[in-house]
Amino acid sequence: MSRAWTVARRRLLHSIPVLAIVVLGMFALLEAASGDAVDAYLAVSGGDAGLVAQLRQEWGLDRSFLARLGAYLAALGRFDLGWSVAFSRPVIAVVFERAPNTLLMMGAAICFSFFAGTLLGVAAGVRPGSVRDRILSALALILYATPSFWLGLMLLVSFAVKLSWFPLGGIENIGMPETGIARVIDIAHHLVLPVLSLGLIYLALYLRLMRSGMVEAWRSDYIRTARAKGLAPNRIAFRHAARNALLPVVTMLGLQAGALLSGSVVVESVFAIPGMGRLAFEAVTQRDVPLLLGVFLVSTIMVIVANFCVDLLYAQLDPRVAVED
Amino acid sequence: MRAANRFFSGGGIVGTMLVAGVAIAALLAPVVAPGDPLALIGRPLIEPFTDWRFPLGTDRLGRDVLAELLHGARATLIVGGAAMLATLIVGIVIGTLAGFIGGTVDEALMRLADAFQSVPTFILALAFVSIAGPSLTSVVIAVSLGAWTAPARVLRAEILSLRRREFVDAYRVLGMAPLHIAFREVLPNALPPVITLAAVIVANAILVEAALSFLGLGNPNSVTWGAMIAEGRAVFRSAPFLSAIPGVAIVVTVLGVNLLGDAANDAINARQAQV
Repeated sequence: MSRAWTVARRRLLHSIPVLAIVVLGMFALLEAASGDAVDAYLAVSGGDAGLVAQLRQEWGLDRSFLARLGAYLAALGRFDLGWSVAFSRPVIAVVFERAPNTLLMMGAAICFSFFAGTLLGVAAGVRPGSVRDRILSALALILYATPSFWLGLMLLVSFAVKLSWFPLGGIENIGMPETGIARVIDIAHHLVLPVLSLGLIYLALYLRLMRSGMVEAWRSDYIRTARAKGLAPNRIAFRHAARNALLPVVTMLGLQAGALLSGSVVVESVFAIPGMGRLAFEAVTQRDVPLLLGVFLVSTIMVIVANFCVDLLYAQLDPRVAVED
Repeated sequence: MRAANRFFSGGGIVGTMLVAGVAIAALLAPVVAPGDPLALIGRPLIEPFTDWRFPLGTDRLGRDVLAELLHGARATLIVGGAAMLATLIVGIVIGTLAGFIGGTVDEALMRLADAFQSVPTFILALAFVSIAGPSLTSVVIAVSLGAWTAPARVLRAEILSLRRREFVDAYRVLGMAPLHIAFREVLPNALPPVITLAAVIVANAILVEAALSFLGLGNPNSVTWGAMIAEGRAVFRSAPFLSAIPGVAIVVTVLGVNLLGDAANDAINARQAQV
């Protein structure tokens, strides 16, 4: 357990400068945005020049650059991400209301792509060059080149519009809300197509990684030893080759957390899922910069937390992860 | 196997053909489809393969889908190429400085890279384009913001392994300026692994640009495949082909670039194994 703690502490120390840079960058973007919160407020509610001056003073926008930065940091310290003009509510409340839907969709997509991807990768890598390997590898290459929003749109046309197997969008049936287990099934039903469009690309990625890991493993000495011992081929494939091939996949899992959040922007827009990704898009269309940056900060923190978890997992899986640098 | 043979194995040939096809489409766009691809020139919503004047049909405003597709190839390749150049230049400069100077500069630049890698790159791109305003330049910068860390890290690692070599010491003794040694003497030796990243960067740039255009944040002055998909979405129940066709074009282009990149990677690895 002490090894895991060392990794955890190092990772936490590591994320402090990262967060500091992200926050400074966000402040720079906020400053660079044309028009400030007062302009945005006036665009919605209107007001005269007197009100403008009063609001600027009240919100501290007439102060110096450093004072504004200080006020911004102090507000962040109180978990105050500012005011969303588009929703007329605090940014943090809007973001937290939307976050569970995105986390649910991402979690499902990660599980699906990880399990299906690694299994198919083993299936392809057991006999490199076989017909099964060629077909799976070609499919993975094509999927890997497919934009998730387009895949989502095509799945929507085929399975929701033409076949009516799945709902057209949303996270649950709003007209007739379900309760209990029926609600869980309803949400799962709504999530099938979005999870497929988000997850299939990563399935392709994990398949490719797993396959190349297996190909690598077949050349190594310990596999030859396992063969020489007379172990059954399936046992060698799963217990020996696949276990080592899994390590790069786990690393990639952590690196892809940000990419999945990015993908959720377009997928949630296609399937009208009220999550953080679509919130980012709504913030863009309504020119609500504080809201957009709020989504940005919360999703960055989510990525850092995900990387943290993956590092701990990795330390458990691979005993070679050094305690000291 | 010789490096060249390695390159022209299966995937390399298919990749070359796909990318060449898209490049030819982009070059021929003004010849095959002269004039403004966004001009309203036909009856709206003609199905593909039914009217020889509009082989791929027309959209809901009566624009020629084939003309849009060809001009879109242009926009896609321009964004992909420009983003690759910008990403590589930024990555190479930062990676070389970090690797060669070392110390605090290295530490600071690598923390910066950590920060950029912790951020969901597409949301960063979205924020940047919406604040800077949609244009070709802002899309290219937005793509590069999320991509420069990969070449920077690869190059830094490469430079770190090179800078202790004798030839660097020899140049130092000769009295050459450190930056001159870094960029003129060490950098060229460190480039091959970075070049293999070029295809990945182009493929990623095309996908990010398509997603930005799909959300209405692409370059407003040109036809883009992402914007075509978004446009077709308005009528996707009655005319799904409008969204399907540009999507296939994106898949074909990205697939070609990836295959080309894999083949180039194999060829460079084979060459390095030979040396």
